[in-house]
Amino acid sequence: MAFFFFLFAIIALAGAVGVVVLRNPFYCVLALVVHLIALALLFLLLEAQFVAAAQIVVYAGAVMVLYVFVVAYVGGGDKPRPLWRASAKQRALAVGFGVALFIELAIALLGTGLQALSTHGAHVGLDYGSPGTIGAQLLTTYLFPFEVASFLLLAAAVGAVALAGRRGGLEDDDLPVAPEHGDFVAAPRSAATGTMAEGVAGYGITTPMPDPQQDDRELRETEPFERPLPETVEPPA
Amino acid sequence: MNVNWFLIVSALIFCLGAVGVLVRRNPLVVLLCLELMLNAGNLALIGFSRMWGGTDGQIFAIVVMVVAACEVTIGLGIVVALFRRRLPIDVDELRELQG
Amino acid sequence: MSLTTSAWLVLALPLAGMLVIALGARLWRGAVAGWLGTLAIALAFVFAVITFVKLQARPEDAKVATSSLWDLANVAGVHIRLGIYVDPLSVLMILVVSGVSALIHLYSVGYMRSDAGYTRFFAYLNFFVFSMLLLVLAGNLVLLIVGWAFVGAASYMLISYWYRRTTATKAGIKAFVINVVGDVGLVLGTFFIFKHAHVLDYGPLFKSVHVAFSKNESDLVIGMLLILVGAFAKSAQIPFHTWLPDAMEGPTPVSSLIHAATMVTAGVYLIGRLHPLFEWAPTAADVGAIVGALTLLVAGTIGLAVTDLKRVIAYSTMSQIGYMIMGVSSAAYVGAFFHLTTHAFFKALLFMAAGSIIAAMGNEQSLDKMRGFKRAMPFTFWCFIIGGLALSAFPLMSGFFSKDDLLYLIADRGGWYWALYVAGYVGSLFTVIYTWRLIFRAFWGEPVEQALELEHGHLWHAPHPFNPANGELEDTEVGFPGPDHHIAEQSWQMKAAMSVLALLSIVAGVLELPFNITDALGKFLEPTFADSIVLHPENNSLEAVGLVLSSIIAIGGIWAAHVIWVQRPGTSARILERTRPLYELFVNKWYFDELIELVVVRPFAWFGRWGRDTFERIFVDGALVGGTSGIVRAGSAAVRALQTGLLRSYAGLVVAGLAAVVLYFLIRAA
Repeated sequence: MAFFFFLFAIIALAGAVGVVVLRNPFYCVLALVVHLIALALLFLLLEAQFVAAAQIVVYAGAVMVLYVFVVAYVGGGDKPRPLWRASAKQRALAVGFGVALFIELAIALLGTGLQALSTHGAHVGLDYGSPGTIGAQLLTTYLFPFEVASFLLLAAAVGAVALAGRRGGLEDDDLPVAPEHGDFVAAPRSAATGTMAEGVAGYGITTPMPDPQQDDRELRETEPFERPLPETVEPPA
Repeated sequence: MNVNWFLIVSALIFCLGAVGVLVRRNPLVVLLCLELMLNAGNLALIGFSRMWGGTDGQIFAIVVMVVAACEVTIGLGIVVALFRRRLPIDVDELRELQG
Repeated sequence: MSLTTSAWLVLALPLAGMLVIALGARLWRGAVAGWLGTLAIALAFVFAVITFVKLQARPEDAKVATSSLWDLANVAGVHIRLGIYVDPLSVLMILVVSGVSALIHLYSVGYMRSDAGYTRFFAYLNFFVFSMLLLVLAGNLVLLIVGWAFVGAASYMLISYWYRRTTATKAGIKAFVINVVGDVGLVLGTFFIFKHAHVLDYGPLFKSVHVAFSKNESDLVIGMLLILVGAFAKSAQIPFHTWLPDAMEGPTPVSSLIHAATMVTAGVYLIGRLHPLFEWAPTAADVGAIVGALTLLVAGTIGLAVTDLKRVIAYSTMSQIGYMIMGVSSAAYVGAFFHLTTHAFFKALLFMAAGSIIAAMGNEQSLDKMRGFKRAMPFTFWCFIIGGLALSAFPLMSGFFSKDDLLYLIADRGGWYWALYVAGYVGSLFTVIYTWRLIFRAFWGEPVEQALELEHGHLWHAPHPFNPANGELEDTEVGFPGPDHHIAEQSWQMKAAMSVLALLSIVAGVLELPFNITDALGKFLEPTFADSIVLHPENNSLEAVGLVLSSIIAIGGIWAAHVIWVQRPGTSARILERTRPLYELFVNKWYFDELIELVVVRPFAWFGRWGRDTFERIFVDGALVGGTSGIVRAGSAAVRALQTGLLRSYAGLVVAGLAAVVLYFLIRAA
């Protein structure tokens, strides 16, 4: 038993590491598939048959196939000459966070943090984790989450259709919004439409600021009712 | 073999996924690393479910899988839309919500 | 109808007149508004006469009536009623005010006929009369202050009546600001009185004066001095007088009504009304007397030098009010109010006549430009003569008797009041001279072009209208005087009003002839002043001396003026050269304007500038507004720095936060 555990665990971890490290996103997808299969086997070790099957069929089967399609369409690989690279310091920081998190969790698990962990597990019957048991629970105790989850799926489906749909007729879909050189950040933005850049840098980032000197009007010292004297007029003597 | 081992593995996978999210620049790979994290959570759930002897954790895991599927759908849809508009597929360059 | 009902009607009619004219302003075409206003005041006068008759019908010891409509406030020991106080003094005042106002309204119907703001004028004028009557009839100090403030507002509105003239608006503001200073004094004085007396109604207040205060107690003196500040500001006494000459920017009926006959006498009325308090604080009363004496002398000297016709008459007003203030502060009540009455008549007449001659000159007011109107304007000429004789206290004119009665009563007190007596006669000499300087210069001599045109029967008009004060070109639309001018000879309303006043200026002396030949006014006012603690023993020889002295001054002064300005032209120029420094002092109005500018206006302006440049800029804008907004801005900048838009930094923050939380729980559980 323990041997199988370690085998599957190492495969899962190898897959995970592969996802993180491999350059080509296609390879990352394949690494994830391996990881998912290993995880399904770990589920089997935990006597969760149905979940393991669902993992293979749904996750590794459907979701990953979808991924493969998208990766094939989009391509991948890091583009050359990126605008902003994470410096080595930032990468190290990221890894550091992850390591810190892991260490904490390990302490929690192995130390006296979590008292309730029992090492043997409860005594379960033969049909534990079978589709029948799961189904019964889904349709009685967890009926509401079951229904809500189906709504969620519906919403996701609608969203996907909306995202992918064409607008109007058969116009050219690939509207070039950004300039060719890919410098999206510096593309000209329309003024006063509420772009975030304007909100931060102020009104003047896209249009010139009004000149406060011109707007300043002193209290007039002159008479409010001035008329030019006609030339031929003299005050009475 | 006690449940601790499964939990350690789960924690390890979770942290690997977190690091992956922080380090990778391709949004597709970021989404993949998110999947890693979700799966790590699933493993922990199944482990605890086995520990207690009830099927609640397994049902929770199934629902998590449903959510992950939806999320992937939408996320990939966004990436495809980005690609179709010739925007760079790079999380560092998609920064308009800054400020 | 009871006494108080008719008194309320006296008050209500001008108010109703104002409301009718103002609210229906679009409806009144032509001269309707003028006649409405005149009718309202004439009716008020009728009811004033009815009130007088009813008051006379009462027994001697019941000559005071109060009536209150409702309580304005009754809180924390302060009980203010909307009430009137009808006694001989207030009845005298309402008779004078409503009578002279009615005549001036009649005059204005003709005089202001071609002005574009005719309706507005009469609405303001009615409002003014209402305010003055309110002031005079008020039954407690608070209502007096209300009337006082309204009168100041009406004065402002009427002085800057031709509001497009910058000189007029500046004059209006100056008058209002100085009056507000007086108002502050009045209100603070009331506080001081209330602090000890705890009542504001006249009747209880006067009864409790001797109990609430000790004689010449410092609080009382301070309070009365503050009230004197109010009286001086309203009555244009030194040093609060600088607004009155500038107030001549208003139309002539305004000058006649407000700044000769009624508003400026409010100070005299105030001191007379509060005489129990003043007599109980002799220090304050003495201050009043001295200021009155100084004013009459200073104003007299200035009148000798200035050349603007209306301003000479204005300084004359200031001088005569000085007499009245001097009198009423020295407990010469009957004399002061007698002089108030006669002065109202002849000064209003003089202003009306001045308006007529200014109209003939096409709005030109400078004496330098006027000459020889005797043939061209006979009616105006005779009005000036009658008014001038009355003002100079020529024997048998009303002014003669009133001024003498006043000065005699002052001297009767003995002691240092003799100095005031002498000052009064010196001022009398000045009065005669400047009055006849005015008349001889305007009416004698070679007629000017405007007079010649008038002799041929038509009024002279300037080709382009100019502001006489600063020569700037004017329009003749709203806010400026109209294109036409109206003189007495051509307007029956003006003639009627002036005739009545001329008659009164001659015969009003009958009210109070010396040696007690008639003592109508004295007997009438006696109930009001019965509680006066100053005694005026009879002194027939002193009276006789005064009469003779006054006659000599009047006749001699007129003869001297005749010599200087008619018989030997050029004499005045020679005198001017020999007394150049004095002349400079007088013509610059004793530099009061400059002094006030230096002592008051400049420091305030400096303070305002400092406030704007330093305090406002550094403290308010910089620290308070800028500081708080700067802090907020800095905070938001700090928070904003987190919003990089980079997905990975956000994710990093999430992971870091998660790690921190887990750490926290670990530590807590350990």
